Amino acid sequence: MASLIACPHCGPRPREEFSVRGDAAPLRPAPDAAPEAWLAYLHARENPRGPHREHWRHEGGCGRWLVVARDTATHEVFSVTDVQAAARSAAREGRE
Amino acid sequence: MRYSALSLVADALGLAPRVPAWRSPAPKPAYDVVIVGGGGHGLATAWTLAATYGITNVAVLEKGYIGSGNVGRNTTIIRSNYLLEGNNPFYELSLRLWERLERDLNFNAMVSQRGVANLWHTDGQRDAFRRRGNAMRMHGVDAEMWDVAQVRARLPFLDFDNARFPVRGALVQPRGGTVRHDAVAWGYARAASALGVDIIPHCEVTAIRRDGDRVTGVETTRGDILCDRLALATAGHSSRSAEMAGIRLPIETHVLQAFVSEGLKPLIPNVITFGAGHFYVSQSDKGGLVFGGDIDGWNSYAQRGGLATVEHVVEAGVAMMPGLSRVKLLRGWGGVMDMSMDGSPIIDRALANLYLNAGWCYGGFKATPASGLCFAHLIATGAPHAVATQFRLDRFDRGAALDEKGAGPFPNLH
Ligand SMILES: Cc1cc2nc3c(=O)[nH]c(=O)nc-3n(C[C@H](O)[C@H](O)[C@H](O)COP(=O)(O)OP(=O)(O)OC[C@H]3O[C@@H](n4cnc5c(N)ncnc54)[C@H](O)[C@@H]3O)c2cc1C
Ligand SMILES: [Zn+2]
Repeated sequence: MASLIACPHCGPRPREEFSVRGDAAPLRPAPDAAPEAWLAYLHARENPRGPHREHWRHEGGCGRWLVVARDTATHEVFSVTDVQAAARSAAREGRE
Repeated sequence: MRYSALSLVADALGLAPRVPAWRSPAPKPAYDVVIVGGGGHGLATAWTLAATYGITNVAVLEKGYIGSGNVGRNTTIIRSNYLLEGNNPFYELSLRLWERLERDLNFNAMVSQRGVANLWHTDGQRDAFRRRGNAMRMHGVDAEMWDVAQVRARLPFLDFDNARFPVRGALVQPRGGTVRHDAVAWGYARAASALGVDIIPHCEVTAIRRDGDRVTGVETTRGDILCDRLALATAGHSSRSAEMAGIRLPIETHVLQAFVSEGLKPLIPNVITFGAGHFYVSQSDKGGLVFGGDIDGWNSYAQRGGLATVEHVVEAGVAMMPGLSRVKLLRGWGGVMDMSMDGSPIIDRALANLYLNAGWCYGGFKATPASGLCFAHLIATGAPHAVATQFRLDRFDRGAALDEKGAGPFPNLH
């Protein structure tokens, strides 16, 4: 993992200021979704070797949740986006 | 050649010809069973298939050299101090197999039952450890509670009166200990090869040929190989290898680091784990202190970790054992592991003739002999071994997670 993460609010900050939650791909199903959808949400993971989008939180800074896109093999960070901005642009593109 | 005191003397005197420990055959076009992954589990499975089930037309395909994966990267701790019904009998069987491994394989793996001591620091921890110790004893596993005087007498170098984390006692499994990890890979490879198994390093599986519910063979960097049965034992890369067969797993790949210090005179008599942070340490026969802690916490396929985790591990170590601050760190390294969604492994059939051995997290070294037995049993008989019935892949869909730590479906917390 890179030792610097460029927070969209605070600029480049040491990795230690951030905590990681994990894979950003699984989306919480609707409350009445089928059990299969919930089980897949909880357990099934793509686990790619390469580009991966993750939820990180800038705990030691602005406190915002972020989407960090990075490579799980080279540790290169491609982009860091505020989670709300990421959700809005996804909604605009018609993704859920 | 059989190793013995006599063969050692003959070798020392130069009377015996030096022969490689195992054969180096070219891959054949087809096998009864192809095992992908030449780590501890793949090799133990191959040996058990040949030695116990009489299936010898077997190949082990390894993309690197034998021992290049986690089998040669772990901190060598073996134990069976598990709480849950689904786990304890499996790990106890493994410990019993370790106890006879060297006779079974005719190989010195330096199995050392020096004891594993889990320190506790609070009343709540004492109660939890007492419960675990009782569960172990009810399964016929050895467990002892040491009070602080007993711990002091044996491990005087600990920081007993630390203001935040005073050491109050320990849960001890005397039969736990350490095993020379490389020798486990070499011993299984040698014994399996002698029974006819082809051990094929530098042979990466790049595709799995699937025909409906069956697999027919694999494509590799050394050509195509057909097989009747295909077994995946690719710790750390299980999601990638299962994906070649179109299967998605409840697994994330994470990196764990380990460290070794300069060589010291004998200091640490057994394995010690810290109860107020994640830290575990033992001393190798060469004198180096071998230790580790938490995983780094983010998905990684790189066999290296970050410095923040190094600092964290060393801080925990010094909190437990202040003298560590005077010791020089010699080496550190990382290994990538399958972290499963409940922290427990998977030994199951995934398709009609595709078998899966995965999800060992950071605790699969101690499991090596029993994993080999249970996986071979499944491949040979088609039925799960009695002690591995709860390691099924569909347990996640049945709500039957085997969560020893109670951490929930967060692989980086197990
Ligand atoms: C730092 C560290 C410390 C640990 N400490 C302990 C401990 O103290 N006690 C304990 O019980 N466990 C410990 N573990 C866990 C333990 O090492 C693993 O769970 C166990 O070794 C996994 O099984 P294995 O030996 O078969 O894995 P590996 O040795 O990793 O074998 C898997 C093999 O598959 C190969 N492979 C992958 N993909 C392909 C492909 N497509 N084609 C061909 N080959 C392929 C890999 O190259 C690899 O050699 C530790 C792990 C690490 C990383
Ligand atoms: Zn910030």
